[in-house]
Amino acid sequence: MDSQSKIDKTSDDKNKDKRQGHHVMIFGASSGIALEFARPFAAKKAHFTLVARDEDKLKDISADLYTRGARDVSIVAYSLDSLEGSYEATRAIIKQTDAPDTALIAQGILGDNEELLHSPKKMEQMLQINVMSPVGIMMALEESMVVRGKGTIAVFSSVAGDRGRASNFAYGSSKALITAFTSGMRARLTKSGVNVLTIKPGMVATAMTDHLPRSPLMANPKAVANDIIKAITKHEAVVYTPSFWRFIMFIISHLPEGIFRRLKF
Amino acid sequence: MPTESWGRIKGQERDSKFIHWRSDANDMSHWKGPVLAHGLGRSYGDSCLIKDGTLLKMSELNKLRHFDPETGRLSCEAGLSIADLLTFAIPRGWFIPVTPGTKFVTMGGAIANDIHGKNHHRRGTIGNHITELELMRSNGERLRCSLTEEEALFRATIGGLGLTGLILSCTLQLIPIESAWIDAEMIKTKGLSDFFEVDRKSDKDFEYTVSWIDCMAQGEHGGRGIFIRGNHAVGGNIKKDYAKQKGFKVSVPFDAPGFTLNKLSIKAFNTAYYNKQFAQMKATKQAFDPFFYPLDAVGNWNRIYGSAGLLQYQCIIPKDRIEDLKQLFDVIAKSGQGSFLGVLKRFGNIASPGMMSFPVEGYTVSLDFKNIGKKSSELFHELDRIVMRAGGRLYPAKDYLMSPETFQLSYPQWTEFARYVDPLFESMFWKRVTTRG
Repeated sequence: MDSQSKIDKTSDDKNKDKRQGHHVMIFGASSGIALEFARPFAAKKAHFTLVARDEDKLKDISADLYTRGARDVSIVAYSLDSLEGSYEATRAIIKQTDAPDTALIAQGILGDNEELLHSPKKMEQMLQINVMSPVGIMMALEESMVVRGKGTIAVFSSVAGDRGRASNFAYGSSKALITAFTSGMRARLTKSGVNVLTIKPGMVATAMTDHLPRSPLMANPKAVANDIIKAITKHEAVVYTPSFWRFIMFIISHLPEGIFRRLKF
Repeated sequence: MPTESWGRIKGQERDSKFIHWRSDANDMSHWKGPVLAHGLGRSYGDSCLIKDGTLLKMSELNKLRHFDPETGRLSCEAGLSIADLLTFAIPRGWFIPVTPGTKFVTMGGAIANDIHGKNHHRRGTIGNHITELELMRSNGERLRCSLTEEEALFRATIGGLGLTGLILSCTLQLIPIESAWIDAEMIKTKGLSDFFEVDRKSDKDFEYTVSWIDCMAQGEHGGRGIFIRGNHAVGGNIKKDYAKQKGFKVSVPFDAPGFTLNKLSIKAFNTAYYNKQFAQMKATKQAFDPFFYPLDAVGNWNRIYGSAGLLQYQCIIPKDRIEDLKQLFDVIAKSGQGSFLGVLKRFGNIASPGMMSFPVEGYTVSLDFKNIGKKSSELFHELDRIVMRAGGRLYPAKDYLMSPETFQLSYPQWTEFARYVDPLFESMFWKRVTTRG
């Protein structure tokens, strides 16, 4: 099956046609929600640039997207784990594939709070993947997308970033930075025509949560992806998905400190 | 919480793992104990469960691999459900060649059980339409199996109950359709002889045939039922019509109290269902879901039987053993343990490539029973005796009660099949029917 085109082929004339239409660029493309996010775009003949660490996974994803109608899929196997590296890689990718119409930054790891607190190495690695790399990617995307004056940068934060809780504040605080960073960048770009969407999912049934029981509170990745696409279409600023989390997090955020600190969740 | 099968039998796995990528199974050595793939858990008995091992949850390994719109060949990962397959294929004018009575099964599960459908007389089993499959063995070998490559393993894997290794992906030949509708006809049959006549007449002109039998009716009404037959309609706008068919779901959120289904309520239901249709024959245009998957509209319908669960009995009576078929229905009617669903269907003579495949030419009967313990197993063993006498067999995907002797006598090829079973793979069913005493 001739299903992946290497990035260096895209400058060929005969590939120009493939790069027409909506361009979706996904960082952390092997995350559970990213694939569900990409599928409806594939059905509308978008073309894709997918970045993730594992090439085998990228090949399987691109086969799925081609089968569903994607015009073209370029895959880049790259480990997104440093700020400068992610910045330079993103610039290089954009130079070859052009700036995206829609960019999704989806990489992230959850980690075990206790384990992270006792392992500076693991804590640093989590912050590299969840914070440093997305910041580097956003810096590079901003430069190229502002020039074109359109498009969306959608970034995964989390409901966990709304308030640091005893059970997962390491992960939560990494997402708090994303929430603040995307909020500020959105304000900065407001007149440029580029929207920045902050995505705040609750628990979603993906590989990230395989170790947790699949409870009714856990959302299905397809529903979450649909919420994100809807929010992009409507140029929204922040999307809670499923939407009931907006209400729950409003309450959690407004609990008086004296009560909140006694909660063990 | 242990994984349950559709009949609410509880598994005893030590651990379970979601398989998201084909590469997740490259190294099986770090899993605890023996392993077994588990799709959407629609098998009724214990063939999808494991004891003291690791259950590999496959339903999220569901990506498409390739589709050729000219030939209708589709390659997909093994966890893709028939529901998702149809959502992709129907708007493009293609349909799955063989479908069971629920669309919530994975392709891997469909292959492992070599599923059949209402068109067995025309197209055989799903195994007749699988052109290739990708099998991961516990020794790290990843094999492409088909009728021309690794043929023996291909035949063993079709209907192989997931025991020959982990099915990662498959390629199947779809059938072209023009319309999102089925031209369906429902015909009242007064008894089994009536059924045989309608069945014979329908064989040539109808892709799909099946009959619902009122298993509570005795005496002069014995064997009465409704014969359902249909063909894919022609014309219309398949894409638009299919979009219109989006069904809604009613789910049974709680277990019904045990007394909901007693002899009186089932009898009332069956009589009402039979009498619902007054005319001798009714022709309608039906959407796919109500025609193929009526029970899927009620999510978790297995819960109406309460927490004790349900047992399903599905057997084949070979074609020349009509008297045994009659006796089977007699025994069921007299037991008073029958159910909403008594289904009778004639299997044709198309042989499956599958070594352990269930269908052979003859009549298949399937019925739901509420699990009432000893009385259920006594009835089942009485039915087993009739089936064995007739030279028939039971369907492992539905079974929880057959004895090792019954299994080994009716599937004599099991010893040959056992040579292809992967040493790391095991199921509660396989242990039960291959261990004596």
